Amino acid sequence: MAAQPSPISSASVAAVREVTGVAPPGAAPRLVTHRSTSITADSVFQGGARVAGGVIIAALIGILVLLALDSRMALSTFGLSFFTTSTWDNVKQQFGILPYIYGTLMTSAVAMVLGVPVAIGAALYVAEYCPNWLRTPISFSVELLAAIPSIIYGLWGFFILSPFMRAYVEPALQATLGKLPVIGALFSGNPIGKDLFTGGVILAIMILPTVMAVSREVILTVPPAQREGMLALGATRWETITTAVLPYARGGIAGAAILGLGRALGETMAVTLVIGNSSRAITGSLYTPGYTMASAIANQFNEADNPLYSSAITGVAFALLLIAGVVNVLARLLIWQMQGGRGAVKAVI
Amino acid sequence: MAAGTVAPGASAPAGGSPGPTQLLFAPDARYTRRRAYSTFMRGLVSAAALLGVAVLWIILAYVIIRGLPALNLPFFTQRPLPYGQVGGGVGPALVGSLILMAVSAVIGVPVGVGAGIYLSEYGRGRFADAIRFSSDLIAGMPSIVIGVFIWAWLVRTVIGNFSGLAGAIALAVIMVPIILRTVEEVLRLVPHTLREAALALGVPQWRVILGIVLPAARAGIITGVVLSLARAGGETAPLLLTALGNQFFSFNLLQPMAALPVQIYNYAVAPYEDWHTKAWGGALVLISLIGALSVIARYATRGNRLG
Amino acid sequence: MADAAEAQSGVGTMFPGLARPVTATAEQAVAAADAVAVTGHQMLVNKLSAWYGSHLAVADVDIEIKPRSVTALIGPSGCGKSTFIRCLNRMHEVTPGINKVKGEVLLDGQDIYASNVDPVQVRRYVGMVFQKPNPFPSMSIYDNVVAGLKLTRAPARSVMDATVERCLQKAALWDEVKDKLKASGASLSGGQQQRLCIARALAMEPRVLLMDEPASALDPIATYKIEELMVELKRDYTIAVVTHNMQQASRVADFTAFFLAGEERTGRLVEYGATSDLFTSPKDERTEAYITGRFG
Repeated sequence: MAAQPSPISSASVAAVREVTGVAPPGAAPRLVTHRSTSITADSVFQGGARVAGGVIIAALIGILVLLALDSRMALSTFGLSFFTTSTWDNVKQQFGILPYIYGTLMTSAVAMVLGVPVAIGAALYVAEYCPNWLRTPISFSVELLAAIPSIIYGLWGFFILSPFMRAYVEPALQATLGKLPVIGALFSGNPIGKDLFTGGVILAIMILPTVMAVSREVILTVPPAQREGMLALGATRWETITTAVLPYARGGIAGAAILGLGRALGETMAVTLVIGNSSRAITGSLYTPGYTMASAIANQFNEADNPLYSSAITGVAFALLLIAGVVNVLARLLIWQMQGGRGAVKAVI
Repeated sequence: MAAGTVAPGASAPAGGSPGPTQLLFAPDARYTRRRAYSTFMRGLVSAAALLGVAVLWIILAYVIIRGLPALNLPFFTQRPLPYGQVGGGVGPALVGSLILMAVSAVIGVPVGVGAGIYLSEYGRGRFADAIRFSSDLIAGMPSIVIGVFIWAWLVRTVIGNFSGLAGAIALAVIMVPIILRTVEEVLRLVPHTLREAALALGVPQWRVILGIVLPAARAGIITGVVLSLARAGGETAPLLLTALGNQFFSFNLLQPMAALPVQIYNYAVAPYEDWHTKAWGGALVLISLIGALSVIARYATRGNRLG
Repeated sequence: MADAAEAQSGVGTMFPGLARPVTATAEQAVAAADAVAVTGHQMLVNKLSAWYGSHLAVADVDIEIKPRSVTALIGPSGCGKSTFIRCLNRMHEVTPGINKVKGEVLLDGQDIYASNVDPVQVRRYVGMVFQKPNPFPSMSIYDNVVAGLKLTRAPARSVMDATVERCLQKAALWDEVKDKLKASGASLSGGQQQRLCIARALAMEPRVLLMDEPASALDPIATYKIEELMVELKRDYTIAVVTHNMQQASRVADFTAFFLAGEERTGRLVEYGATSDLFTSPKDERTEAYITGRFG
């Protein structure tokens, strides 16, 4: 207890800011546009910058419109049952995306359950406990996870994680949690290693850097006075965290978790390699090979040999786009509320 | 109740009258429990951090150990050969990835930097908000969805077939939000006085931006561009629907083009041991490339405080 | 004011054994505690020094925080008074800056820096109110008051209800908030927030209450209320208050300690005495220079 590290060091906050590019409030007030002699050149330049911005807006609109148009055929053919049925059969020309939605939700849920606590724990360690000299190496290492391409997670998951899950983790969980009522059903069936569960585990690893970095930033914005107030009442370090720090930061941390969810929902290659890729019916067990929406697109897009099939697979993309969009906007709103607009969201690319 | 505490609610004559008699700071059973719990949670939280760090190094270690045996000169120079033939490598994929990154930078950097300039130097009001919102939404989009969009727009209609150009444009869409975000932030860090000083001399604004503001923020902009390249260089999913991949060396942007991540995928899912080794080798090359870009990004930032 | 001061110092000398008790034996603790029940709680600081890294920020302070009285710590900014007060409940160990403390701080005869003392336990007995009001915004007014209590004792609901009412009354806040105990602590005005923080500290039944410029962020009316409160509270509590406001010290404090840092930026205790003496006939010319406004 003697040499408790300081919860906040202004120098390291500044360093984080520097690395993450968070602008200090009030930086660079707007420049009033001056009338000058080269008014034409100025307006041409400004016009160019405007066009660049317009291209981005156009891209967003283009994505939405094109995907909506392309999935219209499937949507009008099947109506609501496109989302609620689970037959996906090119021969019968029947397409329902429920198993893909199910796979996406299950893997993302596993990722959140496993990844978010670890990420928040790591963020708490960095922000509240760890000595200053360790802060940067740990943050840097975890954030490097974000720089590793999806395909490499997939490769590692395919050859290393998946056999390991099949041989050790899945049987062990089946022998323990599998005996419990209700949630035991999640661990029933043959451990196969290439299933929803392994997909969730690899996603948990992949959302770790996002959730951790944003949570850390949010936790660092909790005023030191809040911690002091609780410590001065005779609270232990952990009690201070649970009663003063986390309640103050809960909105931002929820935003961080949802941002992680956004990443998990759309992750493609890593999941594609470990999830088993089979559109078998919904079983309720995590030890089932399946598809996520993203992996279904990656696997089947180039096989879509007729307009309805193609439209259906685009419909999957459109549904995924909408879900991910809503989740992202929600996450940003939560963090924005906590942070006053800029900051943590930008910490993670 | 332990000594030294007061029955709460009892009217205390002397504030916090001490209980009978005991050493003041001797922990009671409840405190001993609280302290143990705090220590335990500290351990748990440290373990979480350790786990996060460990996962990184475990994955890196596997990539290095399994990838190193694949690396030799032919691996870098040869094209993938059919199974059974000795040799074969990632030559076209490496070249293809570099071409894709270069072309996507040529497309994405002007858009990202231009929009960043607009937001930081001119942007107020609805149009600027719409740009920011669009950029944030695109940044949060699953990359496979961007692949579907480019396929529907370019591969199916405008170009008519899988092509390097379509792949590069898909990567550019992924890069732009990253560049935009960095550029806007670093330009805002350029002191306002610098702009005022130049404007006061009668220099037109576009020359102030190009000649003074951008150079002052150079390091930060380079960082943003390099980071976006690192991200785009590792993308696989959108390329499956756009550039497709290619077993041969190809420099034609209107034809399918190989890319390292796609090649890794193709090697990995094939049932041949030798190809698996090549997949690991490709992963090692890819991670080195991205690592090098990240180091460059950090190095560029270090030289300039504005980064 | 002067009467109170005399009365207090009289009490102090009634138990000479309290002045420098030796710690650690149970018998002495018994004796000390029995004495304390009559006199109130006393804090005695022996040769306390504190360092920021290698920089000596506070050097060799000897001072007694007398029972049931207000002791003001005054001095120009940078004189180490805030640093010093944080050493009295070991808060410095959880905030950046001070990383080494030497000397003794005896609370009713027991050294809070003894090797077997847990700083968390110290803070339970030595409460603190900070410069800026820091109620917990996610908690209601009610929960703010019992925040510490819930952790250390987890009393029954009825006991907590009583504690909340008693402490809010002691903090002169009850009448203003009794109808909205469920409202957020952050919904109050600055002065109310600070009184809520005082109530929160009182709920722990502290032996000594430390206040670090408790009114410096408040407007004059809120400041006046806090000062009134201090005078009221000293009937039951032992209070040390850091202030940069000499008028405040002369209004509320029975004893005053003047701190000053020299060229080397090391804070030292220059003069300590009954407030009336220190302000009317300072013994040290630096004290005189400060209180007459020649620097600071």
